[in-house]
Amino acid sequence: MNKEGIQPFAVKDCTLIAIATGVKAQSLREMRDKLTNIHSGSIYYHFWGSLLSPRFEEPEFNNDFASWSYHALHDMVLAERLAVIDPTHFHNMEDLRREVIDVIEERLYELEFVPFSKSSQQFNFVRSQIVVFDTHKRIEKPEELSYTLQNFSSGSVFYHFIDARRRTDENTDDFREWLNGFGEKYSKLSNVIANIDPYFTTLSELRENLSQLFKHYFNEEK
Amino acid sequence: MAKLESYSDIVGEDVINHLRQLAELLKGRKVVHVNSTMIGGGVAEILARLVPLMQELGINTKWRVISGTDEFFKCTKDMHNALQGNPITIPESLLRVYEKTNAENAEKLKNELNDADIVFIHDPQPASLINFFPQRKGKWIWRCHIDISRPSRYVWKYLRNFVVNYDASVFSIVDFAQRLPHPLYIIPPSIDPLSDKNRQLDDKDVASVYEKFNIDLQSPVILQVSRFDRFKDPLGAIRSYKLVKNFIPNIQLILAGGSASDDPEGEIVYKEVKASAGDDPDIHILLLPPDSNTTINALQRGADIILQKSIKEGFGLTVTEAMWKAKPVIGGNVGGIKLQVVNHHTGFLVNTPEGAALRIRYMLHYKNKTEEIGEEAREFVRSNFLITRHLRDYLTLMVSLIYNAEERIELK
Repeated sequence: MNKEGIQPFAVKDCTLIAIATGVKAQSLREMRDKLTNIHSGSIYYHFWGSLLSPRFEEPEFNNDFASWSYHALHDMVLAERLAVIDPTHFHNMEDLRREVIDVIEERLYELEFVPFSKSSQQFNFVRSQIVVFDTHKRIEKPEELSYTLQNFSSGSVFYHFIDARRRTDENTDDFREWLNGFGEKYSKLSNVIANIDPYFTTLSELRENLSQLFKHYFNEEK
Repeated sequence: MAKLESYSDIVGEDVINHLRQLAELLKGRKVVHVNSTMIGGGVAEILARLVPLMQELGINTKWRVISGTDEFFKCTKDMHNALQGNPITIPESLLRVYEKTNAENAEKLKNELNDADIVFIHDPQPASLINFFPQRKGKWIWRCHIDISRPSRYVWKYLRNFVVNYDASVFSIVDFAQRLPHPLYIIPPSIDPLSDKNRQLDDKDVASVYEKFNIDLQSPVILQVSRFDRFKDPLGAIRSYKLVKNFIPNIQLILAGGSASDDPEGEIVYKEVKASAGDDPDIHILLLPPDSNTTINALQRGADIILQKSIKEGFGLTVTEAMWKAKPVIGGNVGGIKLQVVNHHTGFLVNTPEGAALRIRYMLHYKNKTEEIGEEAREFVRSNFLITRHLRDYLTLMVSLIYNAEERIELK
């Protein structure tokens, strides 16, 4: 515990592995039906998994549902509507699931036919397993982050900045959660961190952005 | 053999540290990989690099190869073809040879496999070993490297009887995963950037290989590197070349491949390819010995375009190798090639020899665009298909099986 009585920041790392669920969808109606019951970990994977698993990052689509609508169903309207869904705006996976289903149902209502894909382009629902481990690195003071963050692994960035939104009560990241423990002292810094959009970036870019942000803040404070 | 630390210049120090920490959770565990060939083919190549790295990380890792007669390998080759979709039936007598061979190998490997914490069984050849280990104490994983998205039902039904007994399966891409009563992990394979096949070469080394085979580096070169195997469609590659030849008369085609000790069909296909090439002096068919890694590296680096005209493909590591060398790839729209080749970004996917011919002409015409594609391809491989990522996935898989993880496991 430091002199403010706050626990040091425990740097964790994580790694994610993909698991096929065996559940597939070939038509949009099937997609809607399968989405209703699929494990919430699968929704998580199809929104965030591309950050930690091998896939080509498509600049236009940030989730697999949008990408499938475009490439397999050739429904540009649906692809655009799904692509704009930002998972960080939802409190939990169930709310996010509901939103995806709503968008799909709206599209099904508009169309006179049900779009379907070729059998080789079916949507395969994948879920993930996440292994979290302690690096045993501890950060005592927030200013240390200005020079340690650049050495975080991609897994650490994912765990503390993205996965944290699923774990914390306020759907925030671990950095802000920790800084809030210091009271108002770092509220300005917390606000700046809140402005980083984690959805349109890679983990290495995210690490760079966060690192620069901490450096900039603590240089100004000096 | 390259040490883990030597990869840090390529992937970053943070990636290496991450691997070391993850491996701490597995220190001292006994792991055995079993496959059916020590040299030739992608599986042996991956294991040759992955096993020493796992050992360096403190995991007690061994690699064992099963042995068999020609009849056994005839059976497993038929099995391989059937699982990739060919409607083949395998005579009962050969299936008995398959089971008997596995029984004999099980006897030889008895102590090691019974005692292991984790056993990786690669591909169908040793898949039935599990039936001879009712006393096994560890977790057994069936690692399928081939495209079994639409297998011959009869052969899959037979093999599935063994596979259901495993604790988990691993497939290269999600499309290949079959319904099984255990977790189906998705782990794409990888290449080793420091191996002889992929390390940086000097221009003069490249030139000397081309000189040796009497191939003109000043004229455009299309290259396909793969075993002489019908699924790799070497005849389609020749057809594409002939279509391009009408427009670019000085174009050359290299078909370079070897054979693997577990592939008895290679020679037949090689003869078919020779016959199709006829006496065209610009088609170079190179039958290379299994240790030709530097030669293949040089051929890939000297080529203008890499072709992988497969009609079925497990993953297509030759595609990954080419992309790592910043070469644009024209690949068949199948299997793992689809995961790697993204139209206009890292190459082009094609469905026919005609499609390949069109893209070859496009790439030879737009040289700047082709260079951009090559660079993007290299970065894509760096992030996703190098051995360090593969190692991370295997470590994660082992941790999650040993610790019986559900969706999330938090370790102290």
